[in-house]
Amino acid sequence: MAKVLMKGNEAVAEAAIRSGCRLYFAYPITPQSELIEYMAKMMPKVGGTFLQAESEVSAINMVYGAAGAGKRVMTSSSSPGISLKAEGISYIAGAELPAVIVNVQRGGPGLGDIQPAQGDYFQATKGGGHGDYRQIVLAPSSVQEFADMASEAFDLADKYRNPVMILADGMLGQMMEPVEFKEARSQAELDELGKQHNDWCICPNEDGDKKHHHEINSLEIDPAVLEAHVNALYKKYAVIEKDETRWEEFNISDDNEILCVAWGTASRIVKSAINEIKAEGKSIGMIRPITCWPFPYEAIAKAIGPKVKKVYVFELNTGQMLDDVKIAVNGKVPVDFWGKVGGIVFTPAEIQEKLEACF
Amino acid sequence: MKCEMICAGFGGQGVLTIGKFIAKAGMAEGKNVSWLPSYGPEMRGGTANVSAVVSDAPIASPIVSYPDVLVALNQPSLDKFGPMVRKGGVVIMDTNMCPHGLKRDDVDFIAAPMSDIALEIGSMKVLNMLAIGMIIGKTNVIKYETMEEDLNAFLKAKDPDLLEKNLIAIKRGIELGKA
Amino acid sequence: MEIIATRPQSLTSTPFTYCPGCLHGVAHRLIAESIDEFGLVNQMTGVAPVGCSVFAYKFFNFDMAQAAHGRAPAVATGIKRARPDMHVFTYQGDGDLAAIGTAEIVHAANRGERISVFFVNNAIYGMTGGQMAPTTLPDMKTTTSPYGRKVDDIGYPIRVSELLATLIAPYYIERVSLLSPADIIKAKKAVQKAIKYNKEGRGFTFVELISTCPTNWGIDPVKSREWAKENMLPFFKPGCFRDKGEGVE
Repeated sequence: MAKVLMKGNEAVAEAAIRSGCRLYFAYPITPQSELIEYMAKMMPKVGGTFLQAESEVSAINMVYGAAGAGKRVMTSSSSPGISLKAEGISYIAGAELPAVIVNVQRGGPGLGDIQPAQGDYFQATKGGGHGDYRQIVLAPSSVQEFADMASEAFDLADKYRNPVMILADGMLGQMMEPVEFKEARSQAELDELGKQHNDWCICPNEDGDKKHHHEINSLEIDPAVLEAHVNALYKKYAVIEKDETRWEEFNISDDNEILCVAWGTASRIVKSAINEIKAEGKSIGMIRPITCWPFPYEAIAKAIGPKVKKVYVFELNTGQMLDDVKIAVNGKVPVDFWGKVGGIVFTPAEIQEKLEACF
Repeated sequence: MKCEMICAGFGGQGVLTIGKFIAKAGMAEGKNVSWLPSYGPEMRGGTANVSAVVSDAPIASPIVSYPDVLVALNQPSLDKFGPMVRKGGVVIMDTNMCPHGLKRDDVDFIAAPMSDIALEIGSMKVLNMLAIGMIIGKTNVIKYETMEEDLNAFLKAKDPDLLEKNLIAIKRGIELGKA
Repeated sequence: MEIIATRPQSLTSTPFTYCPGCLHGVAHRLIAESIDEFGLVNQMTGVAPVGCSVFAYKFFNFDMAQAAHGRAPAVATGIKRARPDMHVFTYQGDGDLAAIGTAEIVHAANRGERISVFFVNNAIYGMTGGQMAPTTLPDMKTTTSPYGRKVDDIGYPIRVSELLATLIAPYYIERVSLLSPADIIKAKKAVQKAIKYNKEGRGFTFVELISTCPTNWGIDPVKSREWAKENMLPFFKPGCFRDKGEGVE
């Protein structure tokens, strides 16, 4: 398939449709507007449902309903809107429903601004909603990866019956890069996808004979039953941690003197800086978590080679993933942090300066 | 080869499309490209800028710290981005809109009354094509033929007159760029 | 022996957990009977709210969803859009529907969402222990209006049926009561009509059922019905506000 030049917001929407998403509920917010607009334009053309909800709260509850009916469904928003969806995400996790949520992050807290930021790392990986639950968090760093993650997110959501968040930001949403899309799912595949959850989801009694009573529910009033439910969730999360942790290694070698850790947009800027420093003959590598939950603790620990004197974390926040990196490093070497906030994105030159000072 | 550029001007001057056409043409020629707009609450009339990168190697940061090429279509843009241009880089500026110029002697200037030339060709709409021509003429980062093919594809049937003017503007820009 | 009355197919054998004298059981039965009568048990699904009827998903004998507080119309929208071949209803109380879920009900109604909503109005929050509801009557005492509902401070009860009847899209809106056998027969007709229209895919249907809460009102079940007749019905007048099938606009 030929490459097309597309904004991240549009690419992820197109990829979601190709992955068999036929239901999308959302509310407008900058900087993800191209996503909702793309869905509004394309969903009717593939016989899907696009519905602009009255609020973020309603949108995520429509997702809960459609996911409970066993269909591939997605919503998207940006930071303040994700806060409103937090209630619904907790219910989706509690009721074990497959759903995909895209967060095109902007500056916060509060209304913040509309420029790119990574301030929702805690919210995405440590909860956001109430109660003991986890959601899988995929963090793209290019428009191609943003698009590829749509199909991956649906597959993971279906496999584990769990919410999956694609944690992008305003830059990835707004920028254009060439994208190569996967072939759209065939009608036969879509039909199969549509039936895969029929043993537990809301669906008609096909043969007309009363056979099932499926409950889409997160309420367990008996503490012993809830305890068993939450323990079962945690067993599932342990499997996800074991099997689904993803990361990228960039220029990792035993000669590394500095190990950088960065995710999403920030990682691309760090890569540029590393390329410049590499050209000067210095050895420096980077781990980029692709899943922010589950987090690649072991990969980071292993990447601390014999010559590494410092782990340097760069984020577009005040140090959120930093906590996870510290857990991974476990005191072996010092961990330093530098970040930019307010929707201001650091430049390769600024990162380079920080890193040069370490040698 | 790697060419990082920033195009900046007033909203409505078509600076975002300059970057978009360059990125699209680069992609068509098999290169890695990125296009990153500034975006804000002002839909019209404010300042706008775009970073575009065309490169043989995969692009790390789409954010451009030190542009190889700056297209400045007004004075505020020249003031803001002029000092960031890489030593030996190129500054393309519209002298109609940048009356105070830029004080640097370590960059190549391609200065022309671009607004006047666009009007002379027939429309302010071709200002961005003139700029693209100047970029091509100076850097060869993309080919004229790729642009012509792209414009043909969506303008030939829709607006042959505008297509003609656009191609004239690009050719004129190339001459200016080479000069 | 001839069986002349039996549990509707649309109800499970799970015993109701409602208080003695509570009318939720009656409302459940009217809905279940109507679903049976239209032969929809295999295509039906419902959404339970937060409130006393939070366990409604256990009582109806088909696939059911339990929704967050107030969100049942949004959840029902998601289900209906995902499974247009199914018939969907929500069952909601006054706190759920008329307070925290106001946006959801208004917009589901305004979209003409092809679902049925059964709204049980007993002027109080039952499950949480008798707090003031948006439908609590003026000067009525509750645990959070211990001196009576002061209308100059907290406003008047919301008449939801009338409010929704200002919208153009809804197909059917009727208020009935469950306060006497005669009223229950009328209520059954309204519920049947909503289910019928739902089956036919006509549009948004809404039945408000005036009910009681003997436990939290602190009045015995028989007297609570009398109290409701005297106090609730004058404010929440039964009637049909919209029936596009019968030309009531």
